[in-house]
Amino acid sequence: MKQPRKPGVIPGFGLCLGYTLSYLGLLVLVPLAALIIKSAGLDWAWFLHTVTEPRVLAAYRLSFLASFIAAGINVVFGAVAAWVLVRYQFPGRRLLNAVVDLPFALPTAVSGIALTALCSPGGWIGGLAAPLGIKIAFTQLGVIIALTFISLPFVIRALQPAIKDLDPAVEEAARVLGASPAQTFLRVIVPSLAPALLTGFTLAFARALGEYGSVIFISGNMPHKTEIAPLLIAVKLEQYDVAGAAAIAVVMMAAAFTLLVSINLLQRRNLHGTA
Amino acid sequence: MKAVRVLGVDLLITLLTLIGGPLPVATAAPAPVTLLNVSYDPTREFYSAYNAAFSKFWLAKTGQTVTVQQSHGGSGKQAMSIINGLSADIVTLALAYDIDAIVKQSGLIAPGWAARLPDNSCPYTSTIVFLVRKGNPKSVKDWDDLARPGVSVITPNPKTSGGARWNYLAAWGYALRKNKNDARAARDFVAGIFRNVPVLDAGARGSAITFTERGMGDVLVGWENEAMLAAGQARGFEIVVPSLSILAEPPVALVNKVSEKNGNTEVAKAYLKYLYEEEAQVLAAKNYYRPRSKSAAAKAGVTFPKVKTFSLKEIFKSWETAQKEHFSDGGTFDGIYKAGEAAK
Amino acid sequence: MEPLKPSAAGALPRIDTWPRKLLLAVALGYLTLFLALPVAFILIQALAKGWQAYLAPLRDPAALAAVKLTLYAAALAVPLNLVFGVAAAWCIAKFEFKGKTALIALIDLPLTISPVISGLMFVLIFGLQGWLGPWLGGHNISIIFAAPGIALATVFVTLPFVARELIPLMAERGKDDEEASVLLGADGWQTFWLVTLPGIKWGLFYGVVLSAARAIGEFGAVSMVSGHIRGRTNTLTLHVETLYNEYNMTAAFAVSSLLVLLALFTLAAQALISAREEAGGRGEIL
Repeated sequence: MKQPRKPGVIPGFGLCLGYTLSYLGLLVLVPLAALIIKSAGLDWAWFLHTVTEPRVLAAYRLSFLASFIAAGINVVFGAVAAWVLVRYQFPGRRLLNAVVDLPFALPTAVSGIALTALCSPGGWIGGLAAPLGIKIAFTQLGVIIALTFISLPFVIRALQPAIKDLDPAVEEAARVLGASPAQTFLRVIVPSLAPALLTGFTLAFARALGEYGSVIFISGNMPHKTEIAPLLIAVKLEQYDVAGAAAIAVVMMAAAFTLLVSINLLQRRNLHGTA
Repeated sequence: MKAVRVLGVDLLITLLTLIGGPLPVATAAPAPVTLLNVSYDPTREFYSAYNAAFSKFWLAKTGQTVTVQQSHGGSGKQAMSIINGLSADIVTLALAYDIDAIVKQSGLIAPGWAARLPDNSCPYTSTIVFLVRKGNPKSVKDWDDLARPGVSVITPNPKTSGGARWNYLAAWGYALRKNKNDARAARDFVAGIFRNVPVLDAGARGSAITFTERGMGDVLVGWENEAMLAAGQARGFEIVVPSLSILAEPPVALVNKVSEKNGNTEVAKAYLKYLYEEEAQVLAAKNYYRPRSKSAAAKAGVTFPKVKTFSLKEIFKSWETAQKEHFSDGGTFDGIYKAGEAAK
Repeated sequence: MEPLKPSAAGALPRIDTWPRKLLLAVALGYLTLFLALPVAFILIQALAKGWQAYLAPLRDPAALAAVKLTLYAAALAVPLNLVFGVAAAWCIAKFEFKGKTALIALIDLPLTISPVISGLMFVLIFGLQGWLGPWLGGHNISIIFAAPGIALATVFVTLPFVARELIPLMAERGKDDEEASVLLGADGWQTFWLVTLPGIKWGLFYGVVLSAARAIGEFGAVSMVSGHIRGRTNTLTLHVETLYNEYNMTAAFAVSSLLVLLALFTLAAQALISAREEAGGRGEIL
């Protein structure tokens, strides 16, 4: 069904690709070159030293792990939320749908302060967790909560059009042909939504990796424990060490980029596999 | 006696500019001029009051309308912006180190800036004090109490916050004096304090919120002006002045090349000079900065607690060396955390 | 699961079965915990000192200037990235070519860069110590520490959203419709407007909404290129940051609450598209 057809039936390829490439070149590749050249100003040994310090490594670990967990939370629960927002009728549905994007629009400092207030032992959420012996604010758990908040819109927004586009008749056909609800879900719904789900995850993960403003309030910024990688970039800049900041950023970017490319490859292979 | 000398120098310079400066054309009012003052975070109240006062003074003196625009942010970041081309005529930052960075990395400010205005170009000062909860339940009296087990201390991260660097250096200086300049003992003492720090906020404001709103910690270490502001606004806190602290000197300077390009060097110079006049000194005191003028605090109705201070120069030679030894990557602060001596 | 019904938009099912109730409960729990509570907290804090204290910071001319600058940056970034997103999704979803994966990855690239560093990149190009800075300075052209730089940084951080929203959707829809349309004699534009667009309008809509929200809320990148001049180069989020740094928490929360108004825009736009959908129906080409 999705196999390539005779080339050239649909017009606009040259124009669109040309425009896409020039736009990306000008806005992404040129600035990126500036950054890489700056970090290359360090000699190799110093570059390696900068990006492999134990403290930097600990920050990478926390940033990648917390972002991954946050994106995972958003995939699972965001998928349910998107489904409910598109498919079901309940009071307040439209309003709820409209506020989904607020985590992007709210200033990060304010989000950070609000989340810290909610999660500290005296707060609405932290107060409930404290008797159970769970500390949220100023721990790695707090970092995950903040990252989940700031990347929340992606999965929902990526899935909604895909769910709208699902044809209920197909699900119905599956049911009529004897599939159980679970089978219908796994065999019919999930494959159709997989690309959008993966997109949502990718975007959420990438956004969480770079987040600084809200996390620094809730994390406590203890070296080796709750320090995120973007904080170390800020530390370098505070010391006028632009090259060092660029070095940490380039390594983070390369790691994230590799991850995203593999996800894309996986997605394409799956698409072709199911076609 | 310092104040008298300042005023004397000031009068002389004012006279000189009056004679030497281009005289305004008698018939037409000079064209309005705009200045940009790039400053650090907590000075907004002070400079918005001062800008109004200076505009009035300048209009009366020359007939020229001057509008002063303000930019506030972290001291280091502001310096970085100027290095990269933010068109500031004047800088008023938290540390001399940041102005030195502008000199070195961009050449926009001519070397030797500190000597061009009285008092090392610092028209007002502050110091580091403690803010504790009402009644001082942990009876915190001096730096030694901060290293005591069971006392929880809130201070921002010296790697990201200029204010936190002053806190750290104040504690270090105290320990050096107490231990007959034994650097090893000073290091252990400071490590002992950081063992009691549960949260390292990125900035002074974050720490203040952690202490006052989140209810964390027994002591907040910070600028005297901010502590006085907090103690004045919210009841439930009181200030404790340690036996010895550091004299924090936030410097000001003219950004020569930018103001030359903008053609407002003369106004910019007058702006900086007027900071030392009594009117400005009273405004500084009202905003809890310690004025250089002896009489200004009384006129502002503000009483500053007596405190013994040492200057940065006396103990650390210069910002350059302090930065290198203590705060740069691999410095003593990193060492404290590397060795796992700080809070677990 | 769903009642037997034609695929055209009809009434949504009520929550009547256990699985549906469970799904709704999970969704509401998640949205309450991670979305509603923090937003509610911000609104409560904004109003904590009464209406007078709430309105005062909103009347500040600096706040108004910040709103204008924010809207300017968003008004530039969103349409630019909308056109880009459609063009990119068109060639990626409708054609097979070498290096497609690399192209998608390239579109994702701005996301993987920490926002502070995104801003720094433009400083490295346009700053006084950068590539073009001295020349620009000599010609009195301001890019960074002025509105153009802020707009540029905003375009950069919101670049992938529309494209990324559209690519999976358009790929999933395949290209049979477009091919049929072209074979039946429609030209490219007609095919796009009449065949493709109706099918991707929700993806387009959410892409725009995401970009707009991110453009308005961006902090890290913009803060690097802004210079923070009050009333001149402060965007709304930077203004909020300044207020917070002045210990003016109530004002910071009050100005932030303005951004909640964005939800109203989303609500209105959504209603508009839904109304058109119901009026026009869909699938008339088929």
